[in-house]
Amino acid sequence: MTKSILLVGVGGQGIILASKILSEGLLKLGYDVKMSEIHGMAQRGGSVTTQIRFGEKVYSPCVGSGEADVLAAFEKVEAVRWLHQLKEGGTLLVNDYEIYSLPVLIGQEKYPEGIIKELKSRVENVKSFDAGKIAVELGNIKTQNIVILGALIKALRLDTLDWADVMKEYIPPRLLDLNVKALAAGMEI
Amino acid sequence: MKKILTGNEAIARGAYEAGCTIAAAYPGTPSTEILENMAKYQEIYTEWSTNEKVAVELACGASIGGARTLAAMKHVGLNVAADPLFTIAYEGVNGGLVIVTADDPGMHSSQNEQDNRRYAPFAKVAMIEPADSQECKDFMKHAFEVSEIFDTPVLFRLTTRVCHSKGLVELGERTEVGVKDYQKDIKKYVMIPAHSRVRHYQVEERLNRLREYSNNCPLNRIEWGDKKIGIVTSGISYSHAKEVFGDSVSYLKIGFSFPLPDKMIKKFAKAVDKLYVIEENEPYLEDFIRTLGIECLGKEYIPCCEELSPEIIRKAFLPEKDKKVYDSEIKAPSRPPVLCPGCPHRGIYYAVSKYKDVVAVGDIGCYTLGMMPPLSVTDIVICMGAGISASLGFKRASMKGGRDEKIFGFIGDSTFFHSGITGLIDAVYNKTPAVFVILDNSITAMTGHQENPGTGKTLMGEAAPVIDIESIVKAVGIKAEDIRVVDPYNLEMTQAAVKDAHEAQEPFVIITKQPCALIKEVQKKRANIYCSINEEKCTKCKACIKTGCPAIAFKNGQIVIDRSMCNGCTLCAQVCKFDAVEKVGE
Repeated sequence: MTKSILLVGVGGQGIILASKILSEGLLKLGYDVKMSEIHGMAQRGGSVTTQIRFGEKVYSPCVGSGEADVLAAFEKVEAVRWLHQLKEGGTLLVNDYEIYSLPVLIGQEKYPEGIIKELKSRVENVKSFDAGKIAVELGNIKTQNIVILGALIKALRLDTLDWADVMKEYIPPRLLDLNVKALAAGMEI
Repeated sequence: MKKILTGNEAIARGAYEAGCTIAAAYPGTPSTEILENMAKYQEIYTEWSTNEKVAVELACGASIGGARTLAAMKHVGLNVAADPLFTIAYEGVNGGLVIVTADDPGMHSSQNEQDNRRYAPFAKVAMIEPADSQECKDFMKHAFEVSEIFDTPVLFRLTTRVCHSKGLVELGERTEVGVKDYQKDIKKYVMIPAHSRVRHYQVEERLNRLREYSNNCPLNRIEWGDKKIGIVTSGISYSHAKEVFGDSVSYLKIGFSFPLPDKMIKKFAKAVDKLYVIEENEPYLEDFIRTLGIECLGKEYIPCCEELSPEIIRKAFLPEKDKKVYDSEIKAPSRPPVLCPGCPHRGIYYAVSKYKDVVAVGDIGCYTLGMMPPLSVTDIVICMGAGISASLGFKRASMKGGRDEKIFGFIGDSTFFHSGITGLIDAVYNKTPAVFVILDNSITAMTGHQENPGTGKTLMGEAAPVIDIESIVKAVGIKAEDIRVVDPYNLEMTQAAVKDAHEAQEPFVIITKQPCALIKEVQKKRANIYCSINEEKCTKCKACIKTGCPAIAFKNGQIVIDRSMCNGCTLCAQVCKFDAVEKVGE
C-alpha cells in the first residue's frame, strides 16, 4: 500500500534536506520512493512543499486533496494552508512555530490566533510541539528541521532504521552529533 | 547499483554514460541542476553560457566538430535559442546533439506556461519525453543514438515534476565514444539558400524515416490491460494516469513523441472501446490523433491550464462521491515570495519607491519581487532582457503621448550579460532618455547561485576574468557623468544617484554593487552582524517595516528584529528618524 507524506513550511527552514534524508532512509528500507519538491520564486520566506510517496511500486510523485497519510507542518499557518491535503484519519504533525509572512508584517493581513486549538478540534490525530525550542535547547535553532523529521519518522513507525547512518551522507561531520541528538529528541516527542 | 536521483541528476548521468563530452546551458528553473551535475564529471567540458542562444550555437559547433553534445535550458530559454534550432535542424549533426527543454506547467517559477512539444514539429526535429528519473537516464542514451543515426538534433522535453522528482535509477557505465573526425562539407554545414533548399528535402525525407522508426521504437509501447478504455499519454502524465487507473486499462505510452507513431496509434485505437488522451497543457497528442480521423476524449475533460495531477485526472474521469476533506474556519494569510532579509536590491527599490512619476520595467530574477508591497515599484515584466528594451518603447510611447513619466528599467548582472547589453546599445544609439539600473549582486541568484561572466569563476570551478559591467556601460557610449556606481546598503548614496537619474535628460545608468546576502562567504562574513531595536527610542512609527524586510515585525505592541534572519544591512536603521535601530557587530 503506497503511503503519501506532505512536508510544508517556509523557505529557509530546511524542509528539502529533511525530505532528502527521509527518502534515502525509505530507500534503505527497501521501498520504491518518489519525492517531489517545488522551488518557488523566493530563496527565503516563500511557501515550500515537498511530497514523498513510498510503497512497493509508486508511479506519480504527486499528493492531492485528502491523500496525505501524514502532513508535517514546519510552521503552523502552513498546517492550515495545506490541511485539505490530509487524508481522513491521517496524522497531522505541527510545529508550534510562527513565521510572519510579508503581508502580515506590513499589516495587510493578520496572523491568526488559536491555530493549534482549531486544528485539534478538526483533526483526530494531531501532534503539536515546539521544535524550535527543542532545537535551541540542543544548541542550534537550525536543527529544527531534524527534530521534526524525528517526529515524522516516529509517526511513520520507521524508527528501527539506523538514521544516523543515513544522515552522515547529508550532514557535515562536525554537525552530525548535534543532528543525531535532534533526531532522537524529535522521536521522543 | 541503484540510486535515488532527481530527473535532472539522471539526465546528467545519462549524458555521461552516453559518452557526452560537451555541455552548455544558461540557468533556469527547473533545468538548472542538469549542468550543475554534469560539471561533476571530469570527462565532460561544461559551461554556463551567456544565454541560451549562445549555449545552443556552441552546441551546434561542438556537434559539427564531432563531439556528443548537450545543451539545456528552461522552456522560455528555447525561445531565445530558437534561431539556431531551426537551422541546425537542416544541417543535422556530426556528434550526437541533444537539446533539453524543461517546461514549467503550473508556472512554479516562470512567466508563461508554453508547451515546448510544439517546437519539435515546428523545427522538424526528433523529440523524446521521459516520464521518470530512470527514463531520464535511459532515454538520454537513446537520444544520442537517434541523433547520430538519423542525422538530427533531438529535442529532449521535460517538465518540472520530472526534473525535480526523485526516483530510483539503475546506474550503468560510461561508453567512451570519443570525438568524431570533422570533414569539411559545405553543402551540409553552410546554410546559404542554394544548400538549404536541398537540405529541406532531406529534412522531409528524414521525417519519413523517423516516423517509421517511431512506430517500431522501444520508447513507444503498448501496455495491454482491459480494452474497454485505452489511454494515450506521455511524460509525467503517464505516471499520473498509471497512479489513477493502475493496471485496469490499456496504455499507449509515448516516449518518442515526434514524429508520433501513427500506425501504432491506429492499431491501439482500433483495439479499445474508448480512447482517452491524458496530457498536460496543450492538446499536442490529441490534435494529432484527430488528424488521423480518430475520436478521443481529451481536453474537454482535462484543462490545458496549470499542472496536471492524479487528482485532476480522477476528478475528470472517475469522480468520487463525498470524500471527506478537512477544512478550517481559520484562513491562512498569504505567503508570497519576497526579497530576502538583507537583500541588496531592497535599498534601490526603496529609494525609487519615493518617486510617484516613475514607471519601472523589471526583468527576470529576484528583482521581479520589487513589485511586491510595500515597495510596489515594478510596473511591467515580460522576459529576460526586456527590463532595458521594453523601457525604450515605453519611453517613446510616453513621449508621443505627451506624458512626462520617468522610465526606470531594472536588470540583474547575469541578465545584463544574457540580453541587456544589446538594449543598452539601442538606448545610446537612439538617444532614448531612460534610466537603466543594473543590480549587480555578483551571482545568478534566483536559480540558486550560479557563476556568471561577472563572478570570476566558471561552472567547472576555474578562475575566470571578471567582465566589468561599468566598463561595458562606458564602452557602449553612456557618458561618464551619466553613470553612478553605488552601494545599495548605503541609502544616502543610493538616493542621491536616484535623484540624479530622475533629473537626467539622456540615457543614464545606475549600477548597484553588493553581493547577494545568501552567498555562503557573505553569510559567513556577516554571521555576527545584526540590527536590534532600542525600545526606549522607538516610537513605533513603523518606517522600518515599510522597507518590506521579512526580519522586522510588529509583535505584541513592539517592533522586533529577528536576529537569526537579520544580516545587519542597516537599511532599517537608515530610514529610522529616531536612531532607534542599532547595529551590533562588525
